[in-house]
Amino acid sequence: MTARDARTPRPRTRTPRRTVPRSQGPVVAAVALGGGLGAALRYAVSLRWPAQAGGFPWTTFWVNVAGCAVIGVFLVAVTEAWAAHRLVRPFFGTGVLGAFTTFSAYAVDVQQLIDTGHLRTGLACLAATPLAALAAVSLAAAGTRRVLGRRSAARDGAPGAPGRGDTRGGGPA
Amino acid sequence: MNWLLVIVGAMIGAPLRHLTDRAVRSRHGSDFPWGTFTVNVVGCLVLGLLTGATIAGAAGSSLRLLLGTGLCGALTTYSTFSYETLRLAETGAGRRAAVNVAASVATGLGAAYAGVALARAIWT
Repeated sequence: MTARDARTPRPRTRTPRRTVPRSQGPVVAAVALGGGLGAALRYAVSLRWPAQAGGFPWTTFWVNVAGCAVIGVFLVAVTEAWAAHRLVRPFFGTGVLGAFTTFSAYAVDVQQLIDTGHLRTGLACLAATPLAALAAVSLAAAGTRRVLGRRSAARDGAPGAPGRGDTRGGGPA
Repeated sequence: MNWLLVIVGAMIGAPLRHLTDRAVRSRHGSDFPWGTFTVNVVGCLVLGLLTGATIAGAAGSSLRLLLGTGLCGALTTYSTFSYETLRLAETGAGRRAAVNVAASVATGLGAAYAGVALARAIWT
Protein backbone atom coordinates (compact mmCIF):
# COMPACT_ATOMS: atom_id res chain seq x y z
CA MET A 1 0.00 0.00 0.00
CA THR A 2 1.43 3.43 -0.95
CA ALA A 3 1.24 6.61 1.13
CA ARG A 4 -1.37 8.07 -1.21
CA ASP A 5 -3.56 5.02 -0.80
CA ALA A 6 -3.32 5.43 2.94
CA ARG A 7 -4.46 9.08 2.83
CA THR A 8 -7.49 8.53 0.64
CA PRO A 9 -9.72 6.22 2.58
CA ARG A 10 -11.47 3.71 0.36
CA PRO A 11 -15.20 3.55 0.65
CA ARG A 12 -16.11 0.41 2.54
CA THR A 13 -17.53 -1.43 -0.39
CA ARG A 14 -17.26 -5.18 -0.61
CA THR A 15 -14.12 -5.63 -2.61
CA PRO A 16 -12.81 -9.14 -3.01
CA ARG A 17 -9.62 -9.54 -1.02
CA ARG A 18 -7.78 -12.06 -3.14
CA THR A 19 -4.43 -11.18 -1.58
CA VAL A 20 -5.46 -12.91 1.63
CA PRO A 21 -5.62 -16.65 0.95
CA ARG A 22 -8.77 -18.24 2.24
CA SER A 23 -8.34 -20.79 4.94
CA GLN A 24 -7.37 -24.24 3.72
CA GLY A 25 -9.11 -25.86 6.69
CA PRO A 26 -12.51 -26.42 5.09
CA VAL A 27 -10.89 -27.61 1.84
CA VAL A 28 -8.72 -30.16 3.65
CA ALA A 29 -11.74 -31.32 5.67
CA ALA A 30 -13.78 -31.70 2.47
CA VAL A 31 -10.98 -33.75 0.87
CA ALA A 32 -10.72 -35.93 4.00
CA LEU A 33 -14.47 -36.58 4.15
CA GLY A 34 -14.68 -37.30 0.45
CA GLY A 35 -11.59 -39.48 0.69
CA GLY A 36 -13.12 -41.59 3.47
CA LEU A 37 -16.28 -42.03 1.41
CA GLY A 38 -14.44 -42.89 -1.82
CA ALA A 39 -12.18 -45.45 -0.14
CA ALA A 40 -15.14 -47.04 1.67
CA LEU A 41 -16.89 -47.35 -1.68
CA ARG A 42 -13.82 -49.02 -3.20
CA TYR A 43 -13.63 -51.37 -0.20
CA ALA A 44 -17.31 -52.26 -0.63
CA VAL A 45 -16.74 -53.09 -4.29
CA SER A 46 -13.70 -55.23 -3.40
CA LEU A 47 -15.77 -57.19 -0.85
CA ARG A 48 -18.56 -57.74 -3.37
CA TRP A 49 -16.18 -58.81 -6.16
CA PRO A 50 -13.03 -60.13 -4.45
CA ALA A 51 -9.89 -60.49 -6.55
CA GLN A 52 -8.77 -64.01 -7.46
CA ALA A 53 -5.14 -64.92 -6.81
CA GLY A 54 -3.22 -65.05 -10.07
CA GLY A 55 -6.16 -63.75 -12.07
CA PHE A 56 -6.62 -60.43 -13.84
CA PRO A 57 -7.47 -57.84 -11.15
CA TRP A 58 -10.81 -56.89 -12.72
CA THR A 59 -12.17 -55.18 -9.62
CA THR A 60 -9.34 -52.63 -9.38
CA PHE A 61 -9.41 -52.27 -13.17
CA TRP A 62 -13.12 -51.38 -13.30
CA VAL A 63 -12.92 -49.19 -10.19
CA ASN A 64 -10.20 -47.14 -11.88
CA VAL A 65 -11.91 -46.99 -15.28
CA ALA A 66 -15.25 -46.02 -13.71
CA GLY A 67 -13.60 -43.35 -11.56
CA CYS A 68 -11.87 -41.90 -14.63
CA ALA A 69 -15.14 -41.75 -16.56
CA VAL A 70 -16.91 -39.98 -13.69
CA ILE A 71 -14.08 -37.44 -13.20
CA GLY A 72 -14.23 -36.67 -16.95
CA VAL A 73 -17.89 -35.72 -16.61
CA PHE A 74 -17.49 -33.99 -13.26
CA LEU A 75 -14.45 -31.80 -13.95
CA VAL A 76 -15.69 -30.66 -17.36
CA ALA A 77 -19.00 -29.74 -15.74
CA VAL A 78 -17.47 -27.81 -12.82
CA THR A 79 -14.72 -26.07 -14.78
CA GLU A 80 -16.64 -25.25 -17.94
CA ALA A 81 -20.30 -24.99 -17.10
CA TRP A 82 -21.37 -25.10 -13.51
CA ALA A 83 -20.24 -22.48 -10.99
CA ALA A 84 -20.04 -24.91 -8.12
CA HIS A 85 -19.43 -24.08 -4.48
CA ARG A 86 -15.69 -23.98 -3.76
CA LEU A 87 -15.83 -27.15 -1.66
CA VAL A 88 -17.57 -29.28 -4.31
CA ARG A 89 -14.45 -30.01 -6.33
CA PRO A 90 -12.23 -30.81 -3.30
CA PHE A 91 -14.94 -33.04 -1.83
CA PHE A 92 -16.00 -34.97 -4.90
CA GLY A 93 -13.09 -34.67 -7.33
CA THR A 94 -10.05 -34.75 -5.05
CA GLY A 95 -11.73 -36.64 -2.21
CA VAL A 96 -14.33 -39.16 -3.39
CA LEU A 97 -13.00 -39.92 -6.89
CA GLY A 98 -9.34 -39.51 -5.94
CA ALA A 99 -9.65 -42.04 -3.13
CA PHE A 100 -12.06 -44.36 -4.97
CA THR A 101 -9.49 -44.86 -7.71
CA THR A 102 -6.04 -46.11 -6.83
CA PHE A 103 -2.68 -46.21 -8.50
CA SER A 104 -0.84 -48.15 -5.77
CA ALA A 105 -3.09 -51.23 -5.94
CA TYR A 106 -2.73 -51.21 -9.74
CA ALA A 107 1.09 -51.16 -9.59
CA VAL A 108 1.39 -53.68 -6.75
CA ASP A 109 -1.16 -56.01 -8.41
CA VAL A 110 1.00 -56.00 -11.55
CA GLN A 111 4.16 -56.55 -9.48
CA GLN A 112 2.58 -59.47 -7.62
CA LEU A 113 1.25 -61.07 -10.81
CA ILE A 114 4.65 -60.93 -12.48
CA ASP A 115 6.42 -62.02 -9.27
CA THR A 116 4.20 -65.10 -8.91
CA GLY A 117 4.74 -66.24 -12.49
CA HIS A 118 1.68 -64.69 -14.16
CA LEU A 119 3.73 -62.58 -16.54
CA ARG A 120 1.14 -62.28 -19.32
CA THR A 121 -1.72 -61.36 -16.99
CA GLY A 122 0.54 -58.83 -15.27
CA LEU A 123 1.61 -57.20 -18.52
CA ALA A 124 -1.98 -57.19 -19.79
CA CYS A 125 -3.07 -55.35 -16.65
CA LEU A 126 -0.08 -53.00 -16.86
CA ALA A 127 -1.02 -51.89 -20.40
CA ALA A 128 -4.82 -52.22 -20.37
CA THR A 129 -5.44 -50.11 -17.25
CA PRO A 130 -3.92 -46.81 -18.47
CA LEU A 131 -5.36 -47.33 -21.97
CA ALA A 132 -8.88 -47.95 -20.65
CA ALA A 133 -8.57 -45.17 -18.06
CA LEU A 134 -7.49 -42.59 -20.64
CA ALA A 135 -10.17 -43.72 -23.09
CA ALA A 136 -12.76 -43.41 -20.31
CA VAL A 137 -11.74 -39.90 -19.24
CA SER A 138 -11.47 -38.62 -22.84
CA LEU A 139 -14.81 -40.06 -23.95
CA ALA A 140 -16.54 -38.86 -20.80
CA ALA A 141 -15.10 -35.33 -21.13
CA ALA A 142 -15.97 -35.13 -24.84
CA GLY A 143 -19.48 -36.49 -24.26
CA THR A 144 -20.08 -34.01 -21.46
CA ARG A 145 -18.91 -31.09 -23.65
CA ARG A 146 -21.30 -32.19 -26.39
CA VAL A 147 -24.24 -32.37 -24.01
CA LEU A 148 -23.35 -29.01 -22.38
CA GLY A 149 -22.81 -27.41 -25.79
CA ARG A 150 -26.18 -28.63 -27.03
CA ARG A 151 -27.90 -27.42 -23.87
CA SER A 152 -26.36 -23.94 -23.99
CA ALA A 153 -27.11 -23.75 -27.72
CA ALA A 154 -30.72 -24.61 -27.05
CA ARG A 155 -30.86 -22.00 -24.28
CA ASP A 156 -29.16 -19.20 -26.22
CA GLY A 157 -30.76 -20.02 -29.54
CA ALA A 158 -27.32 -19.98 -31.07
CA PRO A 159 -24.66 -22.60 -31.53
CA GLY A 160 -22.89 -22.74 -28.21
CA ALA A 161 -19.20 -23.37 -28.01
CA PRO A 162 -18.30 -24.68 -24.61
CA GLY A 163 -15.37 -22.75 -23.22
CA ARG A 164 -12.31 -24.36 -21.82
CA GLY A 165 -12.10 -22.38 -18.66
CA ASP A 166 -9.57 -24.44 -16.78
CA THR A 167 -8.21 -22.37 -13.97
CA ARG A 168 -4.78 -23.92 -14.22
CA GLY A 169 -4.22 -23.00 -17.84
CA GLY A 170 -0.82 -21.85 -18.84
CA GLY A 171 -0.30 -24.70 -21.25
CA PRO A 172 1.89 -24.19 -24.27
CA ALA A 173 0.15 -23.51 -27.53
CA MET B 1 -13.95 -52.28 12.56
CA ASN B 2 -12.54 -53.09 9.10
CA TRP B 3 -14.55 -50.24 7.60
CA LEU B 4 -13.29 -47.87 10.24
CA LEU B 5 -9.66 -48.79 9.46
CA VAL B 6 -10.19 -48.17 5.75
CA ILE B 7 -11.97 -44.87 6.34
CA VAL B 8 -9.44 -43.58 8.89
CA GLY B 9 -6.55 -44.49 6.58
CA ALA B 10 -8.24 -42.76 3.65
CA MET B 11 -9.05 -39.67 5.71
CA ILE B 12 -5.29 -39.32 6.20
CA GLY B 13 -4.24 -40.37 2.69
CA ALA B 14 -6.55 -38.13 0.67
CA PRO B 15 -5.66 -34.83 2.46
CA LEU B 16 -1.99 -35.86 2.31
CA ARG B 17 -2.35 -36.13 -1.48
CA HIS B 18 -4.06 -32.74 -1.66
CA LEU B 19 -1.44 -31.02 0.50
CA THR B 20 1.46 -32.67 -1.35
CA ASP B 21 -0.01 -31.55 -4.65
CA ARG B 22 -0.36 -27.99 -3.36
CA ALA B 23 3.18 -27.94 -1.99
CA VAL B 24 4.66 -29.32 -5.21
CA ARG B 25 2.57 -26.95 -7.34
CA SER B 26 3.79 -23.91 -5.41
CA ARG B 27 7.42 -24.92 -5.97
CA HIS B 28 7.19 -26.05 -9.58
CA GLY B 29 6.15 -23.56 -12.20
CA SER B 30 5.74 -26.25 -14.84
CA ASP B 31 2.35 -27.62 -15.86
CA PHE B 32 3.63 -31.17 -15.58
CA PRO B 33 1.59 -32.87 -12.83
CA TRP B 34 4.51 -33.54 -10.47
CA GLY B 35 2.23 -33.57 -7.42
CA THR B 36 0.13 -36.52 -8.56
CA PHE B 37 3.25 -38.23 -9.89
CA THR B 38 4.91 -37.90 -6.47
CA VAL B 39 2.01 -39.24 -4.40
CA ASN B 40 1.46 -42.12 -6.81
CA VAL B 41 5.08 -43.23 -6.70
CA VAL B 42 5.34 -42.87 -2.90
CA GLY B 43 2.07 -44.79 -2.48
CA CYS B 44 3.34 -47.61 -4.71
CA LEU B 45 6.54 -47.85 -2.63
CA VAL B 46 4.62 -47.96 0.67
CA LEU B 47 2.07 -50.50 -0.61
CA GLY B 48 4.89 -52.63 -2.00
CA LEU B 49 6.62 -52.53 1.38
CA LEU B 50 3.36 -53.41 3.13
CA THR B 51 2.64 -56.27 0.70
CA GLY B 52 6.14 -57.66 1.24
CA ALA B 53 5.65 -57.35 5.00
CA THR B 54 2.30 -59.17 4.76
CA ILE B 55 3.86 -62.02 2.75
CA ALA B 56 6.68 -62.25 5.31
CA GLY B 57 4.09 -62.41 8.09
CA ALA B 58 5.21 -59.11 9.59
CA ALA B 59 1.97 -57.21 8.88
CA GLY B 60 -1.54 -58.30 9.80
CA SER B 61 -4.84 -57.69 8.07
CA SER B 62 -5.69 -54.67 10.22
CA LEU B 63 -2.52 -52.86 9.22
CA ARG B 64 -3.20 -53.80 5.60
CA LEU B 65 -6.67 -52.31 5.71
CA LEU B 66 -5.49 -49.12 7.46
CA LEU B 67 -2.32 -48.44 5.48
CA GLY B 68 -2.98 -50.38 2.26
CA THR B 69 -6.66 -50.14 1.34
CA GLY B 70 -7.15 -46.90 3.26
CA LEU B 71 -4.02 -44.75 3.28
CA CYS B 72 -2.19 -45.87 0.11
CA GLY B 73 -5.47 -46.35 -1.76
CA ALA B 74 -6.54 -42.78 -1.04
CA LEU B 75 -3.06 -41.25 -1.29
CA THR B 76 -2.69 -42.53 -4.85
CA THR B 77 -5.18 -41.82 -7.60
CA TYR B 78 -5.96 -42.93 -11.10
CA SER B 79 -8.73 -40.44 -11.84
CA THR B 80 -6.65 -37.29 -11.29
CA PHE B 81 -3.72 -38.89 -13.12
CA SER B 82 -5.96 -39.57 -16.15
CA TYR B 83 -7.59 -36.15 -16.10
CA GLU B 84 -4.27 -34.32 -15.83
CA THR B 85 -2.95 -36.39 -18.74
CA LEU B 86 -6.03 -35.46 -20.77
CA ARG B 87 -5.50 -31.77 -19.93
CA LEU B 88 -1.90 -31.95 -21.10
CA ALA B 89 -3.00 -33.55 -24.37
CA GLU B 90 -5.79 -31.00 -24.86
CA THR B 91 -3.51 -28.02 -24.29
CA GLY B 92 -1.13 -29.18 -26.98
CA ALA B 93 1.40 -30.82 -24.71
CA GLY B 94 0.86 -34.24 -26.24
CA ARG B 95 4.41 -35.34 -25.68
CA ARG B 96 4.32 -34.40 -22.02
CA ALA B 97 1.02 -36.30 -21.71
CA ALA B 98 2.69 -39.43 -23.10
CA VAL B 99 5.72 -38.90 -20.86
CA ASN B 100 3.42 -38.55 -17.85
CA VAL B 101 1.76 -41.91 -18.57
CA ALA B 102 4.99 -43.76 -19.34
CA ALA B 103 6.88 -42.26 -16.40
CA SER B 104 4.04 -42.77 -13.90
CA VAL B 105 3.51 -46.40 -14.93
CA ALA B 106 7.23 -47.26 -15.07
CA THR B 107 8.20 -45.43 -11.87
CA GLY B 108 5.12 -46.67 -10.01
CA LEU B 109 5.87 -50.27 -10.93
CA GLY B 110 9.54 -49.74 -10.08
CA ALA B 111 8.54 -48.33 -6.70
CA ALA B 112 6.27 -51.33 -6.06
CA TYR B 113 9.19 -53.66 -6.82
CA ALA B 114 11.51 -51.61 -4.61
CA GLY B 115 9.02 -51.75 -1.74
CA VAL B 116 8.61 -55.53 -1.96
CA ALA B 117 12.39 -56.00 -2.23
CA LEU B 118 12.95 -53.74 0.77
CA ALA B 119 10.41 -55.75 2.79
CA ARG B 120 12.18 -58.98 1.80
CA ALA B 121 15.51 -57.55 2.90
CA ILE B 122 14.07 -56.47 6.24
CA TRP B 123 11.81 -59.40 7.17
CA THR B 124 13.36 -62.50 5.66
